[in-house]
Amino acid sequence: MKSLDELAKIKESRRAALKIREGVPSATEKAHVMMCGGAGCISSKCLEVVDAMKEALSKNGIAEQVQIILTGCMGPCDMGPVAIVYPDATFYRRLKPKDAEAIVEEHIMKGNLVQRLLYRAPGAKEPTPKVTDIDLFAKQKKIVLRNNFYIDPTSIEDYIANDGYAALGKALTQMQPAEIIEEVKKSGLRGRGGAGFSTGMKWGFTAAASGSPKYVVCNGDEGDPGAFMDRSVLEGDPHSVIEGMAICGRAIGAEQGYVYVRAEYPLAIERLDYAIQKARENGLLGKDILGTGFNFDIEIRIGAGAFVCGEETALLTSIEGKRGEPRPRPPFPANAGVWGKPTVLNNVETWANIPEIILKGAAAYAAIGTEKSKGTKVFALAGRINNTGIIEVPMGTTLREIVFEIGGGIPRKKAFKAVQTGGPSGGCIPADYLDTPVDYDSLGALGAIMGSGGMIVLDEDSCMVDIAKFFLDFVVDESCGKCSPCRIGTKRMYEILDNISKGKGKEGDIELLVELATTIKATALCGLGQTAPNPVLSTIRYFRKEYEEHIRDKKCACNVCELEE
Amino acid sequence: MINLTIDNQKVAVEAGTTILEAARKVGVKIPTLCYLKDLNVIGACRICMVEVQGARTFIPSCVAPVAEGMVVRTNTPAVIAARKLVLELILSDHPMECLTCLRNQNCELQDLAKEFGITEVRFDGAKTEYPIDDSSPSIIRDPRKCVLCRRCMSVCTNVQTVQALCAENRGFDTLIAPAFNEKLANMECVNCGQCSLVCPTGAIVERDDTAKVWAALADPKKHVVVQTAPATRVQLGEAVGAEPGSIFTGQMVAGLRRLGFDKVFDTDFTADLTILEEGNELLQRVTTGGTLPMITSCSPGWIKFCEHFYPDLLAHLSTCKSPQQMFGALAKTYYAKKAGIDPADIYCVSIMPCTAKKYECRRPEMNSSGYQDVDVVLTSRELGRMFIQAGLDTTNLPEEEYDEPLGISTGAGEIFGASGGVMEAALRTVYEVVTGQTLENIDFEVCRGLTGVKEATVQVGDLSVKVAITNGLGNARKVLDKIRAGEADYHFIEVMCCPGGCIGGGGSPIPTNTEIRLKRIDATYTEDERMVLRKSHENPAVTALYEEFLEKPLGHKSHELLHTHYTPRGVNK
Repeated sequence: MKSLDELAKIKESRRAALKIREGVPSATEKAHVMMCGGAGCISSKCLEVVDAMKEALSKNGIAEQVQIILTGCMGPCDMGPVAIVYPDATFYRRLKPKDAEAIVEEHIMKGNLVQRLLYRAPGAKEPTPKVTDIDLFAKQKKIVLRNNFYIDPTSIEDYIANDGYAALGKALTQMQPAEIIEEVKKSGLRGRGGAGFSTGMKWGFTAAASGSPKYVVCNGDEGDPGAFMDRSVLEGDPHSVIEGMAICGRAIGAEQGYVYVRAEYPLAIERLDYAIQKARENGLLGKDILGTGFNFDIEIRIGAGAFVCGEETALLTSIEGKRGEPRPRPPFPANAGVWGKPTVLNNVETWANIPEIILKGAAAYAAIGTEKSKGTKVFALAGRINNTGIIEVPMGTTLREIVFEIGGGIPRKKAFKAVQTGGPSGGCIPADYLDTPVDYDSLGALGAIMGSGGMIVLDEDSCMVDIAKFFLDFVVDESCGKCSPCRIGTKRMYEILDNISKGKGKEGDIELLVELATTIKATALCGLGQTAPNPVLSTIRYFRKEYEEHIRDKKCACNVCELEE
Repeated sequence: MINLTIDNQKVAVEAGTTILEAARKVGVKIPTLCYLKDLNVIGACRICMVEVQGARTFIPSCVAPVAEGMVVRTNTPAVIAARKLVLELILSDHPMECLTCLRNQNCELQDLAKEFGITEVRFDGAKTEYPIDDSSPSIIRDPRKCVLCRRCMSVCTNVQTVQALCAENRGFDTLIAPAFNEKLANMECVNCGQCSLVCPTGAIVERDDTAKVWAALADPKKHVVVQTAPATRVQLGEAVGAEPGSIFTGQMVAGLRRLGFDKVFDTDFTADLTILEEGNELLQRVTTGGTLPMITSCSPGWIKFCEHFYPDLLAHLSTCKSPQQMFGALAKTYYAKKAGIDPADIYCVSIMPCTAKKYECRRPEMNSSGYQDVDVVLTSRELGRMFIQAGLDTTNLPEEEYDEPLGISTGAGEIFGASGGVMEAALRTVYEVVTGQTLENIDFEVCRGLTGVKEATVQVGDLSVKVAITNGLGNARKVLDKIRAGEADYHFIEVMCCPGGCIGGGGSPIPTNTEIRLKRIDATYTEDERMVLRKSHENPAVTALYEEFLEKPLGHKSHELLHTHYTPRGVNK
């Protein structure tokens, strides 16, 4: 396509075809079945359900009147495979191939909902059939995951139908580069990779930096244990990332982008690759985009699975084909990024926010969230919680709302003990702070971090020494080995913790851990090392008694640690 | 200029200066370990951390540039405690075999531990355990002693462009080693030993061959002769405590005699001989349309480099053996005959500023006397240790002269030790041989100094001789690539493997840095000026050698004893 008009035409025609997904019954189609095709549901065999459903449709001669669409991740992974049947937006869960016939013959053909497959809220007698009525979804606010219920991630037309590439069109035809940057600044968007730096300022620095060419890079090296927010975006809505990056290209004067994705995300890579190809075919990447003279293209770089490559300078070094290790900052990527050239590096989730900000304006975006943390945040809920999976909530939502309302609370009536945020760089927040609003600064003040959005819920059976040891073990394994505090210091911390957990701890160990932790934080080369001690420091801060019990009484109250003797 | 405050002192430095360099300017010494000026600036060890007002963490002063208005504190209790803990961590992964380490009392890690007053290491966890790699005839790697400063990697990659070492594995298991932890001997390693020169600890050291020499000296059947390379006399003093730049020729000769060597000869003698052979080879190539440019072949690290990376250019190498190997071949033929000693009983030792010479003497083609021509090579560092072990007060020994005839030399042989020296010596001779006229000014300043690639055109009779001189293999690459591209119209190129030439060789005393290299170069040219004879073709012992034994340059016997061939090796795939 060569113009905004063509884009508008595609949107119009496709939108009409998708009315059914907005609840408007269609004259020609009986239903659209949106089957969650995230990696989680694929693992729980949703593709077999799809096959069974196709068979049932054929058997009943209505294959032409029903579309089955494999979407991105819908979020409630523990209920998978899940599906939504439109136009009535019925949510079905834990589907098996044998359920396909009932859905087709009862629901689609006769309009009778299949009761046994409907969602029931914990403790509720009656099911909640409509997806928008379910607490888990109703309390969420979707910007980043705006398309995950709605579109086929492999259809660029579906993306366009839901305002896709309209923001790019606006940025190219109605906005000057400086205005784009200003808009992003005003939105208050902060980096979703974890550090929370102002995205607009980052773009501004890069635009002002001397040196050319400039580059736009997407960090898709999501590596925190239990985190899969970025994977969900790349699998479910790859065009939103492409569009965000292209808008940045226009803003800073870059013509080349790279998306760095870890090799462990094959489906994300496949869908992104396909999306890039489709965007090129449709003139939305490449030369003279939308006839405006703007050139921008994207290449995928596949990471080999080192956690440290999620650190920005290590990621850039890895893109250059070198061993993925961090380099000192300054110079910052804005001045010397890929191949020493000015580079904007943002995380997948950050990129997915951009089209919405440009299209609907900074003010609308900034109206969501708290004073210093704007917009929404995607979290991956895991651990001892009923609704594990992906959620998106406005900044400022309290931990209590997330854990008990959206997350459905703790299974088996166990007591909540803590929530671990920010993965190996983060910390554990105890029950006393459940009413803390989730934003960058509040979490930081508690010794945790927002991080990229992993949330692991711990109940009364979780041993905090064991938790700290788990994360430290991860960091010891993933340290690149370049700087001595991280390479040796985290190893020593692990050894001390390991001794404590085995009942071989001694007086002074806690103090030595704190001394090591404080020094590693102050001296390590990159973010990995500087935050690696956080899980230990925060558990000592809030659960020091548990450490002392292990050391003095040689006992683990939760019966998790295997104490010797 | 950028204005900042360091420990309450106002400092103004140029933009881009690091905090570390700015601090040094005002006399504030910040301790470092991985840092090596201009060579390794990576901020890895975290010893040089300082406090910068407003910064979230401590700042590595070696990599952090100064900023306007910056307020730096380098010695607060918090900073010192942090440095001390980082050092304690490094020591906790160190074998602590200081008393039995070759680098005992010449170790930067040991110095730091002393400076910081470390009396205890509180961590008794795992230590890095990798086997020692003693596959190389020149260099021994002990990864247990490695502090992962990566200086070796940096010098091998950036200066020598050999890339025999890299970082592998990760975290606590990180290892600096040849790719896939291959043995060094199976790599493109050219044995230059620059890694051993920059290693702050004993993780990379020269192979110590002193025991072999002690054994030979103790063997009454052996007639033990020694040759000393040109560069040794201007660096050996440092190995026994003298100041850099000390000229140590006479003391070294005296010391060697006191160790019990039967004859103390000089590689300078065969350096002069090299000029006659190589000079004539050049003239022959020029007049008969041979392969040009011709490149020098004295430096065994360079030879192996060429065999690996530029095997297509081997025809450009002079076929002359290095002065060390010419000496070995003559010691067991010419000298043996003259002295009436069975060459089987001659044990030929070399003192070299070089680790690659240890490899060179073992090359299979270096047996033209019928025996291994040079039996063992000691670096300057090893000889320094022998002097100390023998209890010699080397610095105060009365100066003595080399033995005749293989100890007679000229200033031209002497300057082989500095980059450009071979070229200058060759020009002194070629000019006079070709023109038949006496050269008025024999100092070719254009050949001298540390510049990586030096070029000159010298008028010799009708011929404008175009020459190039490189030191450090990265610089050699630049010229070699020009030859490959057909863009080099030089006649003669001198290539020295090590930065600064042999005076900066991998077997030199530690430390060896730019400042010290310059002092050794100065000493070299001072020695040259002190010599009565300063042109190789005026060396009477060389003249006698031709008359009595070799007959003429490039003659039959020369070819047999003084010339060699090369092996295309290529690179590991």
